[in-house]
Amino acid sequence: MTHIRKRQLEEKVMRVVMLIATLIVLGAVVSILGTILIRGCKALSWEMVSRFPGKEWNTAPDGGFLNAILGSLYVVIPAAVIGACISIPVVFYITMYKRRRTGVSYIIRLAFDVLYGIPPIVYGAFAFLVMVGVGMRASVLGGIMVTVLLIVPMMIRSGDEIAKTVPDEMVDAVYSLGATKWETVWVVLKHILPGMLTAFLLAVGRAIGDAAAVMFTAGFSDQPAHSLSDPTATLPLAVFNWIIMPDPFPGRAYAAALVLTILVLTLSIASRVITRRITRLNK
Amino acid sequence: MTQKATESLVVDNLNVSIEGQPILKNINVFFPVNKITCIVGPSGCGKSTLLRCLNRLTENIDGFTIKGSVLIDGQDIVTADDEHLIELRRHVGLVPQRPCPLPMSIYDNVAYGCRIHGMHTRKHEMDETVERYLTEVGLWDEVKDRLRRPATRLSIGQQQRLCLARSLAVEPDFILADEATSALDPISSKTIEELFVRLKEKYTIIMVTHTLPQALRIADYAVFLYLGEIVEEGDASQVFRSPKNELTKRYLSGLFS
Ligand SMILES: Nc1ncnc2c1ncn2[C@@H]1O[C@H](COP(=O)(O)OP(=O)(O)OP(=O)(O)O)[C@@H](O)[C@H]1O
Ligand SMILES: [Mg+2]
Repeated sequence: MTHIRKRQLEEKVMRVVMLIATLIVLGAVVSILGTILIRGCKALSWEMVSRFPGKEWNTAPDGGFLNAILGSLYVVIPAAVIGACISIPVVFYITMYKRRRTGVSYIIRLAFDVLYGIPPIVYGAFAFLVMVGVGMRASVLGGIMVTVLLIVPMMIRSGDEIAKTVPDEMVDAVYSLGATKWETVWVVLKHILPGMLTAFLLAVGRAIGDAAAVMFTAGFSDQPAHSLSDPTATLPLAVFNWIIMPDPFPGRAYAAALVLTILVLTLSIASRVITRRITRLNK
Repeated sequence: MTQKATESLVVDNLNVSIEGQPILKNINVFFPVNKITCIVGPSGCGKSTLLRCLNRLTENIDGFTIKGSVLIDGQDIVTADDEHLIELRRHVGLVPQRPCPLPMSIYDNVAYGCRIHGMHTRKHEMDETVERYLTEVGLWDEVKDRLRRPATRLSIGQQQRLCLARSLAVEPDFILADEATSALDPISSKTIEELFVRLKEKYTIIMVTHTLPQALRIADYAVFLYLGEIVEEGDASQVFRSPKNELTKRYLSGLFS
């Protein structure tokens, strides 16, 4: 009897602990989103997202930060494409050719884990040193380079996890028909595609919101970038730069944060929708 | 249209270990052509591993080492290079324990193997092939109206027969079945059993089963495996009804009583 009491008490205590933890997380999310929404909406206007900074930009409301929005897209879209082109073959390689846990595959995986663990600021500093070495200015190109460095390990790591969900039976079934590894990739592709897409969109979402990586490498500018070698403003760096400045900048910082949040949320919602679509088609 | 399988499958002095642990020791078998060979033995004795060696589906196993040879019509699959391996595997069809339809339509599941080997390139030829093999496994009438639908929607028993049709479509000479009926209800497993009996005219069938009554019903030849060694082999009736070896006797009586 007392033993049952004790177990029930244990159950209740643990449930309260779990509930509190969940509430803390929810509270944090609500307050962050709330702050950004309330302050961002107050400052955000159509002009801010549709125009470049005007002449009076630094002292009064004049123009908008379209340059930062475009800058973020200029940096992230090519980086996402390049990142996907690099990481997808790597994922296939370690899935199909290095499926067995051998020394080589262990070292490859370890290497990607290390890459994944390196903070973006270190990537930024590394890319900056390289750029200084070759005499390159902070530019869109620099931003793209470091963002690729950021996206690739994230995608490979989640891709590797996803690839592990491919049942051995399926691989065996395809092999037993006399398929090559490459042909097998095409069959299991459909199985891992939704997961890879999610991983891709989430990685892009993380990359687009990262200020540390682009701080040294993409620079900042009130002008829109016209070529790969122009420096460019990006949304996270805009938030970083403006938040502690006097008016009218903090309002802009919240507006930029809101735009950034909407972009990232769109990406993660899109990934969910697409995943659901594809899995439903496959079932 | 009876077409005798001409090829032979011989296991010669096969030794396998996984992560240093010996799993198969000194295996020598000659699988009789156009017969059903049943491999029986207690759980963990290496039946599945032996079956996997026959078409070298061992690449996904960590720490796998293999010595000896598995000769498919005289060609050793153990040492075959990638090019020959693919061709040799085509000769050996596999019906897995759990059916695993490929993530594509019912039609494409059967057609896939033919496509990768460049067989039946004309559309009507492929249509005929798909119909022929689905009919052969008794699935055609059940699925002919939904050939373009995903294969995963089929019932488990239907999936199992689809996997068999998929293997048959690449025209193998041998069929390996690892407890192919263990996930099925009695009626579906009966269907598969009858199918095997019918198929042995054209193919050499090697199956693993835990259901001794099933082995008794359909086996022509039996191999009794114990702790990675072949303890007894011979005509099924002789091995099952009057085993010579003490271990076989005990195993059989344990399961019959
Ligand atoms: N991937 C693996 N890694 C390590 N050991 C393995 C692996 N696969 C099989 N083994 C070992 O090899 C031995 C034989 O396994 P196998 O699957 O061939 O047995 P089995 O006769 O098919 O058993 P069952 O009747 O239960 O299916 C077992 O001792 C098992 O632990
Ligand atoms: Mg087994």
